[in-house]
Amino acid sequence: MIAYFIRRLAGTIPVILMISLLVFLLLHAAPGDPAEMLAGDQASEADILEARARWGLDQPVLVQYWHFLVNALSFDFGRSFRYDEPVMGLIAERFPASLELAVTATLLAIAIGVPLGVWAGSKPNSWVDHVGSIGGFFGISMPNFWLGIMLVLLLAGSLNILPSSGRHTFGVPDDPVTGFLLIDSIIGLNWESFKDAMIYLIMPAFVLGINMTGILMRVTRSSMLETLSEDFIMTARAKGLDERAVIWRHGFRNALILVITVVGLEFGALLSGSIIVETIFSWPGIGNLLLQGLTSRDYPLITGVVIVYTSLFVVVNLIVDLCYAAADPRIRLAK
Amino acid sequence: MPQPIRESVLPNNMSNKLPGDLKPLAWLRRPDWQASDWQALHKKWRPWLQFKVIAGGGTLTLFVLLALFASLVAPFDPNRQDLMMAMTEPQYFAGPHFLGTDHVGRDILSRCIHGARVSLVIALSVVVISGAVGVFLGVVSGYFGKTTDFIIQKLVEVMWAFPPLLLAIAVLAFLGQGLAILIMALTLQRWIPFCRVTRANALTLKEREFIVAARSLGATHTRIIMKHLLPNLMQSALVIGTFAMASAIIAEAALSFLGLGVPPSTPTWGGMLADGRTYISTSYWMALFPGMCIFVTVLAINMLGDALRDILDPKLKRSGAR
Repeated sequence: MIAYFIRRLAGTIPVILMISLLVFLLLHAAPGDPAEMLAGDQASEADILEARARWGLDQPVLVQYWHFLVNALSFDFGRSFRYDEPVMGLIAERFPASLELAVTATLLAIAIGVPLGVWAGSKPNSWVDHVGSIGGFFGISMPNFWLGIMLVLLLAGSLNILPSSGRHTFGVPDDPVTGFLLIDSIIGLNWESFKDAMIYLIMPAFVLGINMTGILMRVTRSSMLETLSEDFIMTARAKGLDERAVIWRHGFRNALILVITVVGLEFGALLSGSIIVETIFSWPGIGNLLLQGLTSRDYPLITGVVIVYTSLFVVVNLIVDLCYAAADPRIRLAK
Repeated sequence: MPQPIRESVLPNNMSNKLPGDLKPLAWLRRPDWQASDWQALHKKWRPWLQFKVIAGGGTLTLFVLLALFASLVAPFDPNRQDLMMAMTEPQYFAGPHFLGTDHVGRDILSRCIHGARVSLVIALSVVVISGAVGVFLGVVSGYFGKTTDFIIQKLVEVMWAFPPLLLAIAVLAFLGQGLAILIMALTLQRWIPFCRVTRANALTLKEREFIVAARSLGATHTRIIMKHLLPNLMQSALVIGTFAMASAIIAEAALSFLGLGVPPSTPTWGGMLADGRTYISTSYWMALFPGMCIFVTVLAINMLGDALRDILDPKLKRSGAR
């Protein structure tokens, strides 16, 4: 297992190098002088010179790339000219909010999608199956930015049962420990604060997770259908096992690997989706930060967010691969 | 000369041609029609006579027709502003603005119809380009193997490491906006599923007897790829293309929503949705209808794709292409 981990970890190094190269090339392909771009619109001559020296833009391209790489690897992306603060500080400040949203969305998608998929898959051609199948299609095809707007209109506007934007009521969380509001409130045993964070979190998380919910539902259903037609299921039934045990212990366990794969594959889509969902709900996360960077052409900020998001995705894929290997020994034993 | 053995009761060489070409029409004129011929015809077409194909295909056809004849169908010029009529509620059949108007008095229905044109044209170009690139790289990668394969697969790995959409956002942010850049940005990652599946198929196909036979007869690599491999890879590509089209429509709408798509003067569903969001508290229809267009189109394509996959290439289900 450790050997597998090391091999997988080593495999991500060229990928990260290539990603940084690609972002570097993009930065250079952008119209205009990169130094002027990095220094900002209102930059003086001295600022441009400073930026040029800072990013090593007066040196040969290869040396420039090296500088960029070293800076990027030490998570130093310069100063955002919109906020006039180091980019990394801005990202670190908003990171917990984004991660909390993304993880909750994933968990919610699993909690809704998987049981429904198992239910539909264990009763093929019943009404559950048909309703589930249509629901799955709806989930997959739903543009989450539209769903977000419509839910805000309905739940926050007309019915007024959930807040439309933000992350917490002003003044409710007392003192941030980790920055993850749910975890903070559990640590502080603050039920009031937990409830508050949950109320704000639930709608964005549902909207963000809607596509993954649909996909999980369909994948679980089809893999349950397949597993339940295997011989060992017939054996289990023949020996008089309780139907629930047949489905969950014998059927679902085997369908689980596919669920892990799908969660891993779709997490990237979820991260990208969070850029839009965070904007709609004014969620104080990295996605929102990126959008503000986009509107003000804040290149250091955009570079920073792109690299951080991509690294996060690479790390998640690594974790998924490890889960995968832990769940199925055949994978880590293969070359 | 001995008679070839027929696979089914279909008369003459029709047995393997259905569905997909128009020969049945010529076939209808045959004098020796029998009831069993009809049954056989029905049996051949049966997989296509299902809800997903009819509903999905029908809806998609409707949108394609609307897009093609947008200027004829749309009741108003999509960019005609009428500030006196701004933010009119949907009037349905009671007035000229069926789905109401937006904040500068442009007709929502007309803009939705013209938006279909932009969405479908962009999505189709993205799918065609990425399909061509992906299938080409996939077949080359699978057929030649070795270093070629290694380089192409590394490229796949790197491009795949970007969260989808984020790469497109980065490209548009750095290179500026425009139709060509938008299509390129959306293509950057969409060729990958084509490449992966094509490569896997090419790997198994190239060991098959007919390829080995062609090679031993002295066929060139180009000929083998063009004549023997590609025709066998098209069905998977078609299925992946359908799903890629759905995701391209959503991605285009998302980028327009963020203000990164085509210039704002062109009506797009995503752009209308972004406008609608600003006025959501007063005029829900500005956001409701363009979003519904995106949803219904994507739903139709996904249903069609699902049915296509079940009919043409059931194996794909296991390979991760939804």
